[in-house]
Amino acid sequence: MISDFAQHLINGVAAGTIYALVALGYTMVYGVLKLINFAHGDVMMVGTFLGYGVAQRLGPERQSTLWGVLLVFLAAMLGCAVLGFLIERFAYRPLRDKPRLTALITAIGISFTLSYGFQLDFGPLPGAAPRAFPEIIIPAEWLVIGDRAVVIWNWQVISLAIAIALMLMLQGLVYRTRFGRAMRAVSFDHRTAALMGIPVDRIIALTFMLGSALAAGAGILYAIKDTAIQPLMGLYVGLKAFVAAVIGGIGNVPGAVVGGLLLGLVEEFVVGYSSSSWRDAVAFGFLILVLLVRPGGLFGRVAAEKV
Amino acid sequence: MRFALAAVLTSCALALVGCEKKTSAPPPAPGGGPAAAPSSGGTPGIAGDTILIGEVGSLTGSEATFGISTRNGIELALREINAAGGVKGKKVDVRVYDDQSKPEEAANAATRLINQDQVLLILGEVASTNSIAMANKAQPAKVPMISNASTNPKVTEIGDYIFRVCFIDPFQGYVMAKFAHENLKFNRVAVLKDLASDYSQGLADVFKRKFTEMGGKVVGEETYAKGSTDFRSQLTAIKRLQPEGIYIPGYYTDIGVIARQARELGVNAKLMGGDGWDSAKLFELGGSAVEGNYFSNHYSPDDPNPRIQKFIADYKAAFGSVPDALAALGYDAAKVAADAMNRAPSLDRGAIRNAIAATRNFPGVTGTITLDEKRNATKPAVVLEVGKGKTRYVATIAP
Amino acid sequence: MPAALRGLVPVLIAIAVLAVLQVLVGSSPFFVYLASIVGVNVVLAVSLNIVNGMTGQFSIGHAGFMAVGAYTAGKLSLLIKDLAISGLPGVVSDQVQFVGTLLAGGIAAAVCGFVVGLPSLRLRGDYLAIVTLGFGEIIRVIVQNLDLFGRALGLSGVPQTSSLFAVWFCVFLVTLVARRIVGSTHGRSLWAIREDEVAAEAMGVNTTGYKVRAFVISSFFAGVAGGLFAHFVPIINPGSFTFVKSIEVVVMVVAGGLGSTTGAIVAAVFLTLLPEALRTLFLQVGGLDTGASLAQKVDQIRMPVYGILLVILMLVRPQGLFGTREIWDLLPRWLPGTRRGLR
Repeated sequence: MISDFAQHLINGVAAGTIYALVALGYTMVYGVLKLINFAHGDVMMVGTFLGYGVAQRLGPERQSTLWGVLLVFLAAMLGCAVLGFLIERFAYRPLRDKPRLTALITAIGISFTLSYGFQLDFGPLPGAAPRAFPEIIIPAEWLVIGDRAVVIWNWQVISLAIAIALMLMLQGLVYRTRFGRAMRAVSFDHRTAALMGIPVDRIIALTFMLGSALAAGAGILYAIKDTAIQPLMGLYVGLKAFVAAVIGGIGNVPGAVVGGLLLGLVEEFVVGYSSSSWRDAVAFGFLILVLLVRPGGLFGRVAAEKV
Repeated sequence: MRFALAAVLTSCALALVGCEKKTSAPPPAPGGGPAAAPSSGGTPGIAGDTILIGEVGSLTGSEATFGISTRNGIELALREINAAGGVKGKKVDVRVYDDQSKPEEAANAATRLINQDQVLLILGEVASTNSIAMANKAQPAKVPMISNASTNPKVTEIGDYIFRVCFIDPFQGYVMAKFAHENLKFNRVAVLKDLASDYSQGLADVFKRKFTEMGGKVVGEETYAKGSTDFRSQLTAIKRLQPEGIYIPGYYTDIGVIARQARELGVNAKLMGGDGWDSAKLFELGGSAVEGNYFSNHYSPDDPNPRIQKFIADYKAAFGSVPDALAALGYDAAKVAADAMNRAPSLDRGAIRNAIAATRNFPGVTGTITLDEKRNATKPAVVLEVGKGKTRYVATIAP
Repeated sequence: MPAALRGLVPVLIAIAVLAVLQVLVGSSPFFVYLASIVGVNVVLAVSLNIVNGMTGQFSIGHAGFMAVGAYTAGKLSLLIKDLAISGLPGVVSDQVQFVGTLLAGGIAAAVCGFVVGLPSLRLRGDYLAIVTLGFGEIIRVIVQNLDLFGRALGLSGVPQTSSLFAVWFCVFLVTLVARRIVGSTHGRSLWAIREDEVAAEAMGVNTTGYKVRAFVISSFFAGVAGGLFAHFVPIINPGSFTFVKSIEVVVMVVAGGLGSTTGAIVAAVFLTLLPEALRTLFLQVGGLDTGASLAQKVDQIRMPVYGILLVILMLVRPQGLFGTREIWDLLPRWLPGTRRGLR
């Protein structure tokens, strides 16, 4: 039935935009550092909890005003930008010349520290129990089709708008600014970029901060959509987003967006129309399919290695 | 140099683990019957005037919330027991090990409790898989074990030293099937179960069978995996089937979100579930979407029985939140254990085992507990309706 | 002594030593259980080292192959539980069946290794990582859906015929295989691939062939490790074979030194025993009351601290404990079979 299809479409796009935002962070970092930042999903989780903390402080009336929402987003994104900077500076930079498996292990170490650390309940740490993210956008039906056959909510529209805005801003940043050009130069060849006078260290740090901020934004949108937040959420979303980034061609910015949206849609339709028990396998199955047909991902290039 | 460092590290690790091996008593000789295990240097589980019991739970990992609830319930029970003079004048202390929600760690913890710590009995676990792992170690060593919340029938089938104080799946699944069919008068029900949870699968299977036997029709079944937060595709698929009710025998961690998304999508069917729903978090996570739904449980928090009200008040004072079903069951498991230890003629594992098996009409907070010949608790279930921030008692269904 | 027989000497020595060990400590359940867990982790680490260390690849789905081996061996054991080989005493027949199921588990895992490895080893290194990860997840979902394997509850009732001897003999075997590989022309080709794949290809090494071979051998032993696991843990379910387990094995290999078999063994032993040792330490130090809750807090802090230690380890000593050295490099010259020079 058309209404089912439409509803599935809406669900898939909503989930896909979140994957896309997180995948962007993965792909940007991979582009400049050739590193799979395993801790990315957990940075998103930290952002979500930061937003939670700010929203709680604001209280139910102020948190749902325009300024309140902006503050929640800004706090989360700035906080994660700082976190990203610290992680890059102290954990990844010293290992830049080492084999990539070493940096991967470090990333895993940070991921474990963040996700399991947040499960502890001493002091400011939240503890393992899931919490409900406050309703910073008071839900109201935006569009109802038929006898509630398809329902679109205001926060879905707002979330999509915010996601698109973030992606457009990133697009502008990467393709129309000097910083973006420098970032792309570093991702091509960081030694040559350094020779050209580009401050490679600073560019990499800024890329990290940008990716982390995006992840935080994605985290808040995710919390608005699915309400329940808990410390291990980063692991699950991070893995799917990483798959999305690879599907699109890791290192490729538009690829990450397409990969994320595709993954969200494929998951939604496969689960909705056939058995839901295979949901987790769908993401990887789709990935393997794509890689078999296009080994570099959808938009990636399989660069021939020159010696 | 590096080799020396490595050797030092390895031998340190080995020594630290091996140290205690020398100080522990040799394992009990295999013997028949409920006789006490002979040991040199003290009775197992008793050191001076302290009785040591063991507890295994998931304190970290994906099941951390359940393990921590159980631990809190047991801790409250032991505090009360010790404040009232302990068991036979001795203080009861508990050694708690984390099993990270993995069966091999549960078996490891159980082995450690039995052989190294020489506990008198073991409490745990919540997940049936982990309980089975533990029971396979406890039974041959003849150490009594009481599970607070494992519902798969297989757990107690492992042997006569294994007990539980909760319902088993076949009963609880039947309870909701009966309520849906007779009280709510539903004929078309869909099922949404947690694929990663044996509890959920067990309840769903029994529900489907019983509901169909009673004349109802299960119009469809969807699954989700614990830990996921987006159930919209499954709910959209269920919506198409137009059921009157949806049976969702999962945990409150997911139910709240499922209820929200169901209402968001325009699914109006009533939701039904099991004791996994019982938690104060359900209201927080579910908001107004959970109101008007039903679940089966061991007890009703608005039961005026002073014992239950006192438990809820004490738990709130100690841990800052209202207890959930797992905490209440943990509390009862510890109390049943203490009661058995008091009744047993002597403080050895065999006698305690017999005393536990003889538990009749024990006044627990999760109901009046009688252990049947299969060592499962027979007690009636209550059906609660979810209201605004609290639940409302609706019906009692007896076995 | 003819060369073939000379090769058997270590095996005989190992059998003798392990038999003695079995008799001495076999009746202490905790020690046997712990030693079995350690042994399984050592087999996993040494076998992963063949792929990640010696061949320089990026496989992070080892737990998936372990799961294949565990479920295959376990299910097979369950099916033939009531059969016995006529003419042999009960215990011997059990052990023979046990070995048979281990082989079956190993072969099943090896086949999976081939199926996963062949297409992915043609891709770039990072892609192998994600495909192996995905494989592990797919196995988990398959098992959860099949009644055959016990779904979410898990497979229980597998006869617990494993023993200290069995597990550590497998450890010995995998170490022997690893050592023999390293000292052979195969090993040299693998090492060349690790150092510089393009150069190796230019030198005429069939890189894909060698990579797949290493992958299959490694998966075989992961399957055997899984099979052993199924025979001393009373119930196995997908929760024991998650992506976290794969990562733990990767950490053991990297912490020990990528490419060093000795490093893998030492790291596996140390990292597996560390949580137990910490538990003991806190219980002894704290005494009964505070010790119990302290030990419990330690259990909770275990994972975050593990994470921090990983980061520190990589910053301070990224080549791992042993780098690429082996313990047998230190053996005196006059011992037979000691090689000098290139590995």
